[in-house]
Amino acid sequence: MLSRRTILLTSVSGLALPAFDRRADAATPKNAVVMAKAIDDIVGAFDPAQSYEFANNEACGNLYRKLVVPDPNDTSKLVGDLAEKWDVSSDGLVLTFQIRSGVLFDSGKPLTADDVAFSLQRVVKLNLTPAFILTQFGWNADNVEKMIRATGVNTLVITLPEVQATSFVLYCLSATCGSIVEKATVLAHEASGDLGNSWLKTHSAGAGSYRLVDWQASDHIILEANPHAATKPDVSRLIVKHVAEPSAQLLLLQKGDTDIARDLNADQLKTLAGNAEYPVIRAGQLTSMYIALNMATPELQKVEARQALKYAIDYEAIAKNITPGLWFVWQSVLPKGVPSAISDAPFKKDVAKAKQLLAQAGYPNGFTLTLDHFSKSPFAEIAQAIQADLAAIGVTLNLQAGEQKQVISKMRARQHQMSMNTWFPDYLDANSNAQAFCANPDDSDASKLRILAWRSHFVDKEMTAAVADAAKELDNKKRDEIYAKLQRDFQQRAPFIMLLQNYEVDVMRKGVSGIAVGVLPDYTRYAKIAKA
Amino acid sequence: VIAARIRQALAALASVPITLFGLILITFLIGRAMPIDPVIAIAGDHAPPDVIARVRLELGLDKPLPVQFAIYLRSLLQGDLGHSVMTSRPVTEDIARFFPATLELATVAIIIAVLVGVPLGVVSAWKQGSRLDHFVRIISLAGQSVPVFVLGLICLLVFYAKLGIAPGTGQVDVAYEGLVPRVSGMLVLDAAFDGQWDVFWDAVSHLAQPALVLAYFSMAYITRMTRAFMIEALSGEYIITARAKGLSATRILWRHAFGNIAVRLVTVLALAYAGLLEGAVITETVFSWPGLGLYLTGSLLNADMNAVLGATLVVGFVYVVLNLLADLAYHLMDPRVR
Repeated sequence: MLSRRTILLTSVSGLALPAFDRRADAATPKNAVVMAKAIDDIVGAFDPAQSYEFANNEACGNLYRKLVVPDPNDTSKLVGDLAEKWDVSSDGLVLTFQIRSGVLFDSGKPLTADDVAFSLQRVVKLNLTPAFILTQFGWNADNVEKMIRATGVNTLVITLPEVQATSFVLYCLSATCGSIVEKATVLAHEASGDLGNSWLKTHSAGAGSYRLVDWQASDHIILEANPHAATKPDVSRLIVKHVAEPSAQLLLLQKGDTDIARDLNADQLKTLAGNAEYPVIRAGQLTSMYIALNMATPELQKVEARQALKYAIDYEAIAKNITPGLWFVWQSVLPKGVPSAISDAPFKKDVAKAKQLLAQAGYPNGFTLTLDHFSKSPFAEIAQAIQADLAAIGVTLNLQAGEQKQVISKMRARQHQMSMNTWFPDYLDANSNAQAFCANPDDSDASKLRILAWRSHFVDKEMTAAVADAAKELDNKKRDEIYAKLQRDFQQRAPFIMLLQNYEVDVMRKGVSGIAVGVLPDYTRYAKIAKA
Repeated sequence: VIAARIRQALAALASVPITLFGLILITFLIGRAMPIDPVIAIAGDHAPPDVIARVRLELGLDKPLPVQFAIYLRSLLQGDLGHSVMTSRPVTEDIARFFPATLELATVAIIIAVLVGVPLGVVSAWKQGSRLDHFVRIISLAGQSVPVFVLGLICLLVFYAKLGIAPGTGQVDVAYEGLVPRVSGMLVLDAAFDGQWDVFWDAVSHLAQPALVLAYFSMAYITRMTRAFMIEALSGEYIITARAKGLSATRILWRHAFGNIAVRLVTVLALAYAGLLEGAVITETVFSWPGLGLYLTGSLLNADMNAVLGATLVVGFVYVVLNLLADLAYHLMDPRVR
């Protein structure tokens, strides 16, 4: 019997041990860069007319080129990408672009103004999620062919139905939906009049530094150097590996199985601090963390009550102790990096003042409310810190943790009392955040603008009008002034507590360099990444 | 006798669609009751109201719940599980892509679990009360008590991070990604068929850790059940008779006692295998194994309801079929049932 057991156990060991005997590769392939990153947020895949989430927007930024892009060194300025130069008519209604010659798609065919016109028309005609970035100017499926057209091989004329601030239009053209696709290739893959949408979800037809080779949802994205790109990548293959857990990302980095870790948390960054083997780059991002206060909640309707909450929170302590190096205090509705943003930070923890304001609002003994927040870190820890801060002025918070989409769903349904959430601009122009947080022309359920102000029943006619005025102001100086006043009014009156703004921190293996992290994922570039 | 068997088989088969219908209904209702608006998953939080309204119409969410369910059932009967929001592909295509990886993992795990668990259970029963028996019972208890994700993380920490003798997460090293033509979808088999032995060994090395973690979990259950069955069998009068006849211990143990529990063990093994196919969800998440479990987890977090329903249906179908096969095997193998 013993011999039988021995035989059985030996056979099992024989099956398993050779596997353990093989040591893991100590390095990633030389011709490839491997990034560990959470990429399970992809919806709409890689068609720039549909791409709307961080991971696919970042990939699209490397697959496609646009007419204009923000200057990486100063995002308040725009520089030409495909556009060699552009002119604006004196009334601001007509923009004429001269397209660079000699730009090639990854098919080897030249990029022309006709491709540019087709790409922008396509976004409007498909009218998928990000289309509003263009259709907000008045273009629709019926007029877009007349209003965005190629008048020569390298000349594109864009006509606006009504006056808009030029920088507003240009920043919108620099968003992912402004990516230029190859007309012939896309139309060759059209199915049921979808303008190639199904095919482009999992393929690319651009002139960026890379082309899409393979994508497995929640597993990996593989890009390959575009042989015809103007900026040729140093490494021929780029693999973005889905690793959801920051601790797993750190492990992979330390074992040499990834070259760059993109989502490490504060604790992990602390363990690598000062270690020359793991160079770190930190880049400001445009995501704001805020608390929305629903104006339908009686306790929050008086401005003094809302200000009391704003004065009760210890912002610096949260940034220093919970999110060091990852989030910083920023109290303006326009994030740092967006043109026209101001850096005023009027709120610092002042318990006496907060109590006084609460008494003025008619709540000397405080009140009890529910705060919805994401269950993941650091949101849960921040919610607890705020709960403690508000308790000091007599406000009791019941914390309600939930999955991100669950918290968002509740807020969209206007069922929250207080909701801690994040927001990032859809495009780099100030209009994006200003409109989302400040504009609410119609508070009814039939409203056509149901963004953050609407979701919290925040109706402020003066601020709503200011947003509309700034969008049409051709004079940039006057525009800055409108936004400066708007931001200060917002800080005092709006039912939003602006808490923090984020950094992206990327940690690399020694010898890996060159990732250019943009303020939005659309502007992050891989082309200069190099491996020693 | 044949007619009776056919009747039993038909009765068992008839229960399958009823069970599956119940599964679909419950999963569908849970999906609709989730506090996440599925429209957000598709359109995104920033989408304007007209896009939101259009997506809601496209999903049929404007219709009453019974109508939505009827539409889903009709599509299902036509083999259409809808499109996944997450992958932008038909759910049937996704399942064909992800399920083989789970099948590969669970099959290797169950083979290891059976090869180790059954002999351990038999020996433990034979040596009841001995040190060996105590040791086996402790090992089994630990296997059933320690959560799979804890065990998985410990394995990664020890064998990958500290000792460096096993690879990290995933099905294969990045360098080998996409090199093997997809035939069965099980990378180890496909690499072997294609003669790519480097990829084969790399895939085996990646398979080892999650398979052993899952196997340990199942082995514990199989060992305990085998031991219990054997103790009962060994107390039978026919065993005393066999001993009185002077038969060898090996013959008594494996031929007389084990032969009598084999039928019941088939049910245990089938359930254990089914449990692995559905229970690989956590293991797949820990080891980033691109199987149905990882697909299901991602779909749930993205409120991708077509994908959740499709994956749940497949898991349920596998469970029901394995149960059915176990029942049929029981009828075929046990003379008393005949």
